[in-house]
Amino acid sequence: MSLTFQGRVHRFGDEVNTDVILPGRYLALRKPEELGKHCMEGIDPDFIHRVQPGDILAVGRNFGCGSSREHAVIALKAAGVSAIVAVSAARIFFRNAVNLGLPVILCPEAATSLREGEEARVALEDMSVTQGDAAWRGLALGDEVRAILAAGGLVPRVRQALAA
Amino acid sequence: MTGQTITQKILAAHTEDGRAEPGSIVTIRPDVVLLNDVSGPLAFEQFEAMGATRPFDPARIVLVADHFAPAPDVTAAGAIAMTRAFAQRHGIEHFYEPGRGGIEHTLLAELGMVGHGTIVFGADSHTCTAGAFNALGIGFGSTDLAGALVMGQLWMRVPDSIRVELVGTPGPYVSGKDIILELIRRIGSDGAADAALEFGGPGVAGLPMDARMAVANMAVEGGADTCVFEGDTLSTTDMALRGVPTAPAVLADADAVYRERIVIDLSALSPMVARPPSPASGVPVGQLRGQRVDQVYVGNCSNGTMTDLRQVADILRGRQVAPGVRMVVVPATQKIWRQALAEGLLDVMAAAGAAISTPTCGACFGGHMGILAAGETAIATTNRNYRGRMGHPDSQVFLANAWVAAAAAVAGEIVPPDEIAQTAKAAA
Repeated sequence: MSLTFQGRVHRFGDEVNTDVILPGRYLALRKPEELGKHCMEGIDPDFIHRVQPGDILAVGRNFGCGSSREHAVIALKAAGVSAIVAVSAARIFFRNAVNLGLPVILCPEAATSLREGEEARVALEDMSVTQGDAAWRGLALGDEVRAILAAGGLVPRVRQALAA
Repeated sequence: MTGQTITQKILAAHTEDGRAEPGSIVTIRPDVVLLNDVSGPLAFEQFEAMGATRPFDPARIVLVADHFAPAPDVTAAGAIAMTRAFAQRHGIEHFYEPGRGGIEHTLLAELGMVGHGTIVFGADSHTCTAGAFNALGIGFGSTDLAGALVMGQLWMRVPDSIRVELVGTPGPYVSGKDIILELIRRIGSDGAADAALEFGGPGVAGLPMDARMAVANMAVEGGADTCVFEGDTLSTTDMALRGVPTAPAVLADADAVYRERIVIDLSALSPMVARPPSPASGVPVGQLRGQRVDQVYVGNCSNGTMTDLRQVADILRGRQVAPGVRMVVVPATQKIWRQALAEGLLDVMAAAGAAISTPTCGACFGGHMGILAAGETAIATTNRNYRGRMGHPDSQVFLANAWVAAAAAVAGEIVPPDEIAQTAKAAA
């Protein structure tokens, strides 16, 4: 998979939890196209009409806190989100995102500075986040996380392990 | 070598080389892998996609249909059917659905699968409830647990530990819920990020196992990776009662290193209510006096125990749910439901005008069995009150203990429970 992502920025605040990313009433759904339609419905019902494939989220503290529902990550991906730049992210959400190949870059300076609606670029090779003339460097990924993202998620990673 | 925390010791006992230094990445082999009808179906699809043919150990896998169970619609019925089929295909005997099961975390303890030193990997954030039993419950998503189903192990970062010293004896109408709401109020929703909360101190001895479960359940609402109570005489006796094989209590070394130490004086606590939209926004119940409620919900994996149902019956006996208020009571498991029936508690509640549900996660997560309309307000013994958690985005949820919830049902508004307890009961 490509390790560089480019798209327009959508900003969200602190403690955007998985209940508002994908409300509980949709948890019996599993298909990405069904879940994607409800992405961010609990906090911003219009988001799904604005987001374009490849777009990047710039979010505040403790993004994805609450329920472990992986449906939240599936919905974000299906809506077109390619990467998330966060002040901080909840542990389970971060793992779920990595496992499904959705990178979360922890970089408070970038997360608070990225401008809404403008193009930005995220490169996992050097953990850089750039927008116009501004550039930031996110927290380095651990070896295991990097290996999972490089493999394209945990499913291909385990497939490789089983085949070895 | 410096002393070790409870978390380090339990994790180290589940690694290949017996090491678990805080901050390091380790591979953990859990004792139990737990999935439900919401997290399970996604995991089963990933399990297939990984090319796996059989899970690591069917005897250590527990599958519980509890979220959308009994199924409210065809989609949910299909998810439960998938869970049932996975159990059958792989010879997993621990599959539970309505009539024989209950809410997964309460049920797992009842089944005798959690005791001193156990590690549970659960595809549910409230897996941390197992901490009550001197065990580590660690929440994950579906793909991680698909990996655990295949390999019987997962990588994780060993968390730091935060020691929470409980001292003093709680006053009237103060329960486990109030301890955790006070802790989360102090540290915030991510105050325990990358850490395990370790509960100890002289105040633990006086806390029944149900109260410890209520505390442990909401560790994740403080951002904790997991949590654990010190084992003691009570947890040892409790293991015997639940049929858990004997194992020594895991205690921290005197020179264990903590990221932070927090003291909570239980004698200074009031019943707490967390205001929407955050479990970290607790205030003493008196500050919310007069807040109208449309629905009262008692249940969920934190507070649907016998202790909670007895507290509800204490308040409701001889009294009525206020006109215009709906009260829904959800015993956490079939066993609890039957015991509440045998003790006459269900009749007290029904006579007061409460609706009694079969065990289910139900409305706690906004699924079914008591969803809120726009503009409605609930008080609930559940663990989350994020925006729209229990239904419409413009509904709101206050979190409280079962006495406070029942008192609000009688008054039609939030009120300190001692004030209701002092009012005259209607003639029987």
